[in-house]
Amino acid sequence: MSAVGALLRKDLRLELRTRESVPAMTLFSLSAFVVFHFGLQRSSLDGDLAAGVLWVTLLLAALLGVGRLFVTEREEGGFDAIRLAPVDPSAMLVAKALTLLSFLAIVQLVAVPGFGILLLGPSLLPALPGLLAVLALADVGIAVIGTLASALAVQTRARELIVALMGLPLLVPVVLAAARATAPLFSAGGASPPPLRWLGLLGLYDLVFALVAYAVFDYLLDD
Amino acid sequence: MHGKALRPGLKPLALATVLTLGGAYVLAFFYAPNDADQGFVQKIFYLHVPLAICALGGFIAGGVMAIGYLRTGEQRWDLRSYVAIHLSLIFAVATLITGSIWARASWGHWWVWQEPTLVSFLIIFLLYACYQPMRFAIEDPERQARYAAVFAVVAGAFVPLNFLAVRLANPLVHPRLLGSTGSLPPSMELTFVIAMVGMALLWVTLWKYEITAKQTSMQLRALKRRLAERAEMTLPAPAPRRSSAPRPTPAARPAEPVEL
Repeated sequence: MSAVGALLRKDLRLELRTRESVPAMTLFSLSAFVVFHFGLQRSSLDGDLAAGVLWVTLLLAALLGVGRLFVTEREEGGFDAIRLAPVDPSAMLVAKALTLLSFLAIVQLVAVPGFGILLLGPSLLPALPGLLAVLALADVGIAVIGTLASALAVQTRARELIVALMGLPLLVPVVLAAARATAPLFSAGGASPPPLRWLGLLGLYDLVFALVAYAVFDYLLDD
Repeated sequence: MHGKALRPGLKPLALATVLTLGGAYVLAFFYAPNDADQGFVQKIFYLHVPLAICALGGFIAGGVMAIGYLRTGEQRWDLRSYVAIHLSLIFAVATLITGSIWARASWGHWWVWQEPTLVSFLIIFLLYACYQPMRFAIEDPERQARYAAVFAVVAGAFVPLNFLAVRLANPLVHPRLLGSTGSLPPSMELTFVIAMVGMALLWVTLWKYEITAKQTSMQLRALKRRLAERAEMTLPAPAPRRSSAPRPTPAARPAEPVEL
C-alpha cells in the first residue's frame, strides 16, 4: 500500500514539475469542442448529441494521456526499479491507474464546465449529480483499460499508434454506456436521472477489467 | 520430431473437412428448402453463421492458449495462440463480407448500425486487427510472445463483455440463432449443423496445417544453421558442389544467406 502511495506521489510530482500530460489533455478537449462546433455547425447541443460530443472528446483526450503514462518508466529505468524493489509489482498497476484517474479528474474539472459554457444548450447544474456518477464510473474504466493498453504498447516501436488502435475498440463499451447514461441528463426538457442499467454496465466493465488487469499485469513487468 | 507427430493427423482431418463441408453445401443447395421470405439469398446463412461462430470461438481459444503460454512459458503455446488468432482474423474478415452481402440482400443496406451482432463483431474485429501490429512492433522474441499473450487474454475477456454492452444498446433485428434454432425447419437445421461442424473442422485443419508449416520451416532453418556451422568448421576443404558453374571465392560461402 505504501508502495502505491510512493509511486502515485512520484507520478503526480513528476506531472507537477514537467506539466506534460494534463495541460495538453485539457487544451485538446477545449479545441475539440471548438472543432465540434464548426464540424456539426451547431452552437448549442442537447440530448444524445451533447452526450456523444462530450464523451468522444473526453475519450480522445484520455488517450493522449494514456500514450505517455509509462514512457518515463521505460526511458528512465522505472521498470527495472520496481522489479528490484521488494514490493508487489501490481503496486505499479494500481499507482498508474490512480495517476491516470487523477489526470482525468483534473482535465474534466476544466473540460466539463467548458463544455457546459461552449456547447451545452440546457444548464449543466441540474445534470451535475448524475453526471458526476457517470464520470466516476467511466473514468475508472478508462483508467484501468488505459493503464493496461499503455503498458502493452510501451515496449513497441509505434507506441502512440498502438495505444490508439488498441484503446479505442477496448473503450467502445465504456463510451457507449457513458453516452447512453449521460444523454437523459442533457435532454432539452430538463435533466432526468441516468438509467441504472448503463451505470451497472459501467460498473461491471470496470470490475471485470480491473480483475483482468490485475491478473496479467505481472507478466508485462517480468523480464 | 515434433512436426512429424502432427502430420499423420493432418491428412484424415483434411479429408473429413472436405467431405463434411462439401456435403453441407450440397445439402444447402439441393436439400434445404429456399427460405420463405428471403428466398435463395438465405443460403449464405450456411456460410456466414458458421464462419462467425468459428471466428469468435477461435479468438477465445487463442486467449485460452495464451493463458497456457503465460502459465508454462512454453513457446509452442504461443505459436498455437498466434495461429488461432491469425486464422480467426481471416475468418472474421470473411464473416464481415458475407454478413454485409446478406444484410444488403435481406435488409437493403450494406451496413446496419441498429444491429448489435454486426456492430459487436466489427468492434471485436478492429481490436484483434491490432494484434499483429502490436506483436511485430516488439523486437525481443520472448517479450513479443509474452505481450501478445497478455493482449490475447485481455481481448478474450473483452469479447463477451462487448457483446453484452452492444446488445443492451440495441433492439434486436438480427436473427437470433443460438437458442432459437428450434424455429428452423428440420431440414435447414440439419444442414446448418453439418455446415457448422464442417467449418469447425476447417478451422482446426487450417490451424494444425499452419502450425505444422511453421514448425517445419523452423526446423529447416535450424538445420540450415547447423549445416552452415559445420561448413564453417570444415572450411579449408569445402565439399564439392553439384553445380559446376563458377562460384565466388569459397571463403564467402558460409556467409551466404540461409533464410527461406
